[in-house]
Amino acid sequence: MKIHEYQAAQLFQKAGIPIVEGTITTTVDEAVQAASGLGYPVVLKSQVLVGGRGKAGGIKVVKSEEELHEKYAQLSQLSIKGYQVKKIYVVRAIDIRKEFYLAAIVDSANDDIVLIASSEGGVEIEETAKTNPDAIKKYYLQGDREIDAQRFAPFIRSVFDTPELQEQGQTVFAGLLKTFFDNDCSLAEINPLVIDGSGTIYAADAKINLDDNALDRHEDLAALRDMDYEEPDEIEAKEKNLSFVKLDGNVGCIVNGAGLAMATMDIVKLCGGNPANFLDVGGSSNPEKVLNALKIILRSPDVRAILINIFGGITRCDDIAAGILEARRQMDLPVPLVIRLTGTNEAEAKEMLTKEGVETFSTMREAVEKVVALAN
Amino acid sequence: MSILVNKDTKVIVQGITGRDGSFHAGQMIEYGTNVVGGVTPGKGGQEVHGRPVFNSVREAKDATGANCAIIYVPAKFAKAAIIEDLEAEMELIICISEGLPLLDMVEVRAAMRGSSSRLIGPNCPGVITPGECKVGIMPGHIHQPGPIGVVSRSGTLTYEVVYNLSREGIGQSTCVGIGGDPIIGTRFIDVLELFNKDEATQGIVMVGEIGGQDEQIAAEYIKKEISKPMVGFIAGRTAPKGKRMGHAGAIISSGDSTAEAKRAILQDAGVHVVDFPDEIPAFFQQKVS
Repeated sequence: MKIHEYQAAQLFQKAGIPIVEGTITTTVDEAVQAASGLGYPVVLKSQVLVGGRGKAGGIKVVKSEEELHEKYAQLSQLSIKGYQVKKIYVVRAIDIRKEFYLAAIVDSANDDIVLIASSEGGVEIEETAKTNPDAIKKYYLQGDREIDAQRFAPFIRSVFDTPELQEQGQTVFAGLLKTFFDNDCSLAEINPLVIDGSGTIYAADAKINLDDNALDRHEDLAALRDMDYEEPDEIEAKEKNLSFVKLDGNVGCIVNGAGLAMATMDIVKLCGGNPANFLDVGGSSNPEKVLNALKIILRSPDVRAILINIFGGITRCDDIAAGILEARRQMDLPVPLVIRLTGTNEAEAKEMLTKEGVETFSTMREAVEKVVALAN
Repeated sequence: MSILVNKDTKVIVQGITGRDGSFHAGQMIEYGTNVVGGVTPGKGGQEVHGRPVFNSVREAKDATGANCAIIYVPAKFAKAAIIEDLEAEMELIICISEGLPLLDMVEVRAAMRGSSSRLIGPNCPGVITPGECKVGIMPGHIHQPGPIGVVSRSGTLTYEVVYNLSREGIGQSTCVGIGGDPIIGTRFIDVLELFNKDEATQGIVMVGEIGGQDEQIAAEYIKKEISKPMVGFIAGRTAPKGKRMGHAGAIISSGDSTAEAKRAILQDAGVHVVDFPDEIPAFFQQKVS
């Protein structure tokens, strides 16, 4: 789960990282008040959960109240990658002398947490990583939860060139790690970390991704989810223990297991069709899940046929069959269903469906070819 | 021969008194797996399917001589369950539980440094050596003994592959579901090494997915070390682009983790990459006895 810059900045501050002073606002009056407290010039930063905000014109420096009115109105009209700007973070403008890049991330290939830093910060950091990889410094925690002073010393010296900066940098890294562990982050990034004219370090941006699997133990963080960035159908699916992602094709897919669900979409495409969605009913499916899945998929007017592809393991084919029959009783299905059932209790399921005149297939290929022919 | 589990494997079930643990313990026993007991803290002394329940892994191991543990506990208790196994020096740990927090797995991997235990999973279907031992949740009846090793990041997609092999009369030496999480105990390359050394395994199927770099790392190994015939399948060619992990994700990942990139790199390593799971048996038909 992603959280906004101002929320991430608050978590950084709580962990002892110096941040640029600021206030989150939703109206120009709030912004005027915030700016007069901070003193002009201030920076208006659009809060959106998508990248490329700066390039899209979502950040403006303003030098006066008059200019603030004008720019605030502009930003409030702005939509970045399809997302309307609804909140604007008003921060003090800093006299930036130098920019650094700092991050902590789980490096799954090495089963470890890695701190990354570069004295060449800014938006071009990925380019730097490619063209001048030596400018990117890394420190692996090697399973520890804290920094090992001896190993850390050469790392911090390679990033910051004076003892004063090294000391401040160490405080920031300690705070970054604390933030990371306290909040179950999968990523915590400061880009840029800046030095002002007086030689003081600040986090001038804040980016945090939280581990969805750990939100159960952080109720306060779970509440930060911005529903503007969630598909209502996907949220509803999640509440019903279905994993659903909407796509733009016309073949609805109901599958058990994420791998098989992806493979089913791929094969629909290879057979000349276009998947309308990814939908994993998960294990131990009860009949109601099929009903819920059909309802969600059928909301899309583009869907012209639905494939139900089940490989029974924990999932029992007869449960799925019961769900299909229940759906036929409860709703008027506007599109044909193509059903493939294999595995646990397949024979019982097929008998149930055949009795009601519903055709079933045993192999994925037969079923996919059929559903694609019906949809095209 | 086979890898990881066989008829001599003695299995304890962590979470045996829970709904899933109890159900699958029964299924494993029915398949012929030597389930020697279970563990649920506070429920020692009870019996499930006629097998004794213990309060701790250590107690269960001492009493039964178990060398393999399978974990069915809820995600929030899974880290502690794995670490208990590591401390009891359990040879093989198979974690079925899904939804473990990432930092829990970082901690588990740290605890595994210097340990001789092997962890499979989490979030995996388990391991089966057909006809001998099933330690997992896969439907046993679709498998049959034979010469093909199967290793996969997925659950039901593995069943699909196995079903197609068995339908054409091609059995399996061992099938290993390594799990779909970013941090897992055993990766493709580890299982490929075991299959490569195993005389009973004459061919290998590798089922990968989009995301991560494990297929690429495996490809380097395959190119250098494996001469057994291999088939690859990668799921997720039509999946929408994954979430970006800030700039840091791009900085640490050494390459492209799309399905097409993985297919190309496996092909380059000499793996026969197929579009459909039902194309797998034909490839092996001439190559294995």
